Amino acid sequence: MRAFKYIVVGFIFGFGMWKLEAISTFRIIEMFHFESFHMYGIIMSGVVVGLIITRLFKTGKIKTIQGIEKKFNDKDHTWPRYIIGGIIFGMGWALTGVCSGMMFVLMGAGYTVFVVFVGAAMAGTFAYGYLRKWLPH
Amino acid sequence: MYEYVVQAQEFISQPWPWWMGGPVIGLTIFLLLYFGKEFGLSANLRTMCAADGAGDYADFFNFDWEKQGWNLMVALGAVFGAYMAANYFDTDYEAHISEAAVTTLNKMAGDEILTYGNVPLVPGRDIVHQDVPEFWDIYSWKSLFSLRGLIIIVFGGFLIGFGARYAGGCTSGHAISGLADLQLPSLVAVMGFFVGGLIMTWFILPYILRIGF
Repeated sequence: MRAFKYIVVGFIFGFGMWKLEAISTFRIIEMFHFESFHMYGIIMSGVVVGLIITRLFKTGKIKTIQGIEKKFNDKDHTWPRYIIGGIIFGMGWALTGVCSGMMFVLMGAGYTVFVVFVGAAMAGTFAYGYLRKWLPH
Repeated sequence: MYEYVVQAQEFISQPWPWWMGGPVIGLTIFLLLYFGKEFGLSANLRTMCAADGAGDYADFFNFDWEKQGWNLMVALGAVFGAYMAANYFDTDYEAHISEAAVTTLNKMAGDEILTYGNVPLVPGRDIVHQDVPEFWDIYSWKSLFSLRGLIIIVFGGFLIGFGARYAGGCTSGHAISGLADLQLPSLVAVMGFFVGGLIMTWFILPYILRIGF
């Protein structure tokens, strides 16, 4: 039962992302060519609603299911990792048209070749973990 | 009763407008925060590496990964959700992109392959688009065994996995959760995503797509 509630959350997200066409590489190319508002609309409406919800949790107006206040961790203010890592991630996102959440969505929709994509993404994560101490953060 | 179910299914099966992103993403964030967690899917890649014993090679993977099981369940739910959406709540499997975008895609292909109002949702075959031209048949096992498909699927996946962990998050962790929490580092990361995406889309992807064509 504890796992079930997280499966429901993922279900809503995966279902929505498919219906919103956010898993489409054609939508991603369109976005990077500034030829439609669609993807920007999805992200911005999500951020606006998310902003309100996050505020409500941060100010303690909503408590978690355990009845305690949700703790948020501030991200470190060191820049190279966000700039370099961000650019690398962005290149991957545009190359395949798929980000790390969407690979699960595409597998579910029947594009089984994404098993290989997930494997490659794990290899990338492993490479980062291995090289971490030599990379500028 | 049955006809209402059919009507509801038909209603949901229409293409969704962009503003549905608000309720979908909002509900996802709300539920995860309410359960005391955070929204960020790329963390699963680290968990999966750790579960496979990567901790023997790098300390980065020595963490209590069993506590991250909930996030794997979110990913599993996304698999189920997509399965339902694709098989029971979609009728045309189309990316309803703009006419300008169709022109751009045809320019990339160097041929008038796609027509406005008839673009498959993803570059691959589906129930409706069995005759996807070879140029846009990328998400398939056959394509994986070509240099072009190998670069797009394997190298693309590698960049996603490497970049997401280096930047400390992906589209869900930074562009959604991070921005919603007004984290400056997330804004910098999202700007990085865009710089990388623009470089790839405008200057590199057109050449990769033409490999073998």
